Amino acid sequence: MPAKKMTGSQMLLKALCDQGVDVIFGYPGGAVLPIYDALHQQNAIRHILVRHEQAAVHAAEGYARSTGKVGVVLVTSGPGATNAVTGLTDALMDSIPVVCLTGQVPTHLIGNDAFQEADTTGITRPCTKHNYLIRSVEDLPRVVHEAFYVAHTGRPGPVVVDLPKDVLQATSHAYVGPEQVTHASYKPRTRPDTKAIEKAIEIIAKAKRPIIYSGGGVINAGDKASRLLTRFARTLGAPITSTLMGLGAYPASDPQFLGMLGMHGTYEANLAMYNCDVMINVGARFDDRVTGRLDEFSPNATKIHIDIDPSSINKNVMVDLAIVGDASAVLDALLKAWTKGEHSLSQRALKGWWKTIDAWRERDCLSFRRDDSVIKPQYAIKRLYELTKDRETFITTEVGQHQMWAAQYYKFEKPRHWMTSGGLGTMGYGLPAAYGVQIAHPDALVMDIAGEASILMNIQELSTLVQYGLPVKVFIINNQWMGMVRQWQELLHGSRYSQTYTASLPDFVKLAEAFGAHGLRATKPAELDDLILEMIDTPGPVVFDCQVDQKENCFPMIPSGAAHYEMLLGPDDAAAKPVSEEGMVLV
Amino acid sequence: MAPIDTSIERRTIAVLVDNEPGVLARVIGLFSGRGYNIESLTVSVVDPARGQSRITIITSGTPQILEQIKAQLARLVPVHGVSDLSQEGPSVERELALVKVAGKGNKRVESLRIADIFRARVVDSGLEHFIFEMTGSSDKLNVFIDLMRPLGLVDVSRTGVVAISRGSTGLLG
Ligand SMILES: Cc1cc2nc3c(=O)[nH]c(=O)nc-3n(C[C@H](O)[C@H](O)[C@H](O)COP(=O)(O)OP(=O)(O)OC[C@H]3O[C@@H](n4cnc5c(N)ncnc54)[C@H](O)[C@@H]3O)c2cc1C
Ligand SMILES: Cc1ncc(C[n+]2csc(CCOP(=O)(O)OP(=O)(O)O)c2C)c(N)n1
Repeated sequence: MPAKKMTGSQMLLKALCDQGVDVIFGYPGGAVLPIYDALHQQNAIRHILVRHEQAAVHAAEGYARSTGKVGVVLVTSGPGATNAVTGLTDALMDSIPVVCLTGQVPTHLIGNDAFQEADTTGITRPCTKHNYLIRSVEDLPRVVHEAFYVAHTGRPGPVVVDLPKDVLQATSHAYVGPEQVTHASYKPRTRPDTKAIEKAIEIIAKAKRPIIYSGGGVINAGDKASRLLTRFARTLGAPITSTLMGLGAYPASDPQFLGMLGMHGTYEANLAMYNCDVMINVGARFDDRVTGRLDEFSPNATKIHIDIDPSSINKNVMVDLAIVGDASAVLDALLKAWTKGEHSLSQRALKGWWKTIDAWRERDCLSFRRDDSVIKPQYAIKRLYELTKDRETFITTEVGQHQMWAAQYYKFEKPRHWMTSGGLGTMGYGLPAAYGVQIAHPDALVMDIAGEASILMNIQELSTLVQYGLPVKVFIINNQWMGMVRQWQELLHGSRYSQTYTASLPDFVKLAEAFGAHGLRATKPAELDDLILEMIDTPGPVVFDCQVDQKENCFPMIPSGAAHYEMLLGPDDAAAKPVSEEGMVLV
Repeated sequence: MAPIDTSIERRTIAVLVDNEPGVLARVIGLFSGRGYNIESLTVSVVDPARGQSRITIITSGTPQILEQIKAQLARLVPVHGVSDLSQEGPSVERELALVKVAGKGNKRVESLRIADIFRARVVDSGLEHFIFEMTGSSDKLNVFIDLMRPLGLVDVSRTGVVAISRGSTGLLG
């Protein structure tokens, strides 16, 4: 029996429902009016009206990252679609599953420079995992289901579905459910090759100075992968470090955890990476923020790389053994093979390795100078952590020093509680991402740790918070500077601070009030705790203007183009070691 | 650690794709966006019933880059298969050129004589021109075209290289 006759818009909503979608983030316009009309006539899907399409994508990212589900975006043609491009690129770089529905001019007008026409599939081809232009209503249900499938399987990513208005208005009996859609060419591999598993066990069993380097792929692989990672690390007794994107997959308070690695990673994590003899990379992509100078990256290690995407293998760093598969499936196979073979690491060697690591730890690289008169940004985040750690707390960030301090000083014990723009480094990500998280976790405490420059990039989203009563807390580490850029100017450009001071900032408390949110301000360390508690206890959205030491820089730091052992531990170090010419051309 | 090989190699890669709008742009965009070389690229439908096209690409790079290129191609959603014809055993490569030469007298006679040596066919002729069709390796076409230059070469159109593996297996089967 054919399905009942529906319009394209109705089919679209039915397809979304069948995909388990309960919320979409969107902004209306002429080309998507038929969808908005259909939305108006149903209750199954909630629509959150954002204030800018870029924010819609970040909100969907926050929703997706904190739930493991696909985030859904709906925008109009032309400017609606082009505004979404930054968000899509962000989701592509960080492997976040998003389906973005874009309106398009009617098929017969495509190519005519029609009103609000943009070549959306052309523009988004390099910033999506895949995209589709639907040309007939009969194709609509199949393509929408395929879009969801592509977005969340394999290495996740954003998928755009471009919907001409006439297709949305046409009617058809052609609706099919997700189970009826097959995929001819796209078949990501998830199960590992057993030979590779055996080979890995052989390498690991001989390790004297092993390290696990885990990344965002473990988060992508689901909560089970995080549990397996924890078991794997504990079974081996090996040290483990994580990328920015992988934080929370392994409990940060566990003694085996060395903290984040990379440019602003800990001394112990980076030195352990440099000196290890066996490296087990689980779902990380050897990003340049992590490797530093490539020819000095962990020169003596046998490297094992577990990744679901074959194109991640040998892209930046040549590895000795690649295991292509889902992190969860691979860790499971490794654990089974390890236990079955009754393997264990040389305890003597491991003890020696831990002794070395503990000596590095004693440097206490995250210590900072306390001050009674001015709030140190690190102190602010430490207090924020202490006062919120016993709650169900989710943290998002903007981009800059505050983001790195959040990664260093906030300890994540569980996966999916940390949302940050890692690959693209998009200022303006944190606020919309935070309400995407809040929608999915209405009772949780959701905080955007922000910089005063970044927050202004999507400040209009305060209006969204207020409209939906979303109690997101925006915690601004306000140093009046584009701190991260200023830090580079200090280090690389002779302290010539070109255009990095914001001379005219808004009064964030009044700004919050103007939007109908609550504003708080802290200027002294002594008042910080009480004000943070007040923020938490305020039921609605709060903007917290935390005015901090304007000069503070973020350490440790491996300057670009330097090796792991060339880390700068603090301001005095930075003065002593000028950055090389080659390093200056890198970003 | 595995050593890094920095020698530059040339490869012929065949890609079987769904023949959908934008698929060629996806492949070309991948090469330009990631800074890979394209020396030659051909595309045509090879299986109309299944709606599949074959793209043959000649590219060059270090072994590491070439592996990246293949992995990046393979992960495009409409790609069914990627085959490295230079690596996976012997293969046959051909290119076709149409070469137009205009002239009179001796030059005209000479061009015909050389075409004969190269086994090029005359597909069109007038009192003052020939169009030659020639099939062969790209190198052979290059030599022929260079010889035609002083003899009144006025136009060249080449298909780019198509290639196929020797033996009984293939991308469609
Ligand atoms: C200002 C700034 C500073 C930064 N400094 C640092 C720093 O000091 N340290 C740091 O680590 N980062 C830093 N970053 C982030 C950095 O740019 C990268 O985003 C990050 O290092 C990448 O993390 P990842 O390797 O875990 O990869 P991700 O981008 O999370 O990619 C995940 C990898 O796992 C694979 N994968 C996906 N799903 C699965 C699955 N199911 N199973 C197996 N594999 C899977 C993917 O194919 C991919 O290769 C910084 C960013 C900014 C903006
Ligand atoms: C959209 C965008 N534009 C520019 C940059 C470059 N950039 C990186 S960090 C930064 C400064 C951020 O300043 P702020 O939000 O105040 O954070 P802070 O570093 O002071 O903590 C800039 C401009 C970026 N990452 N994103």
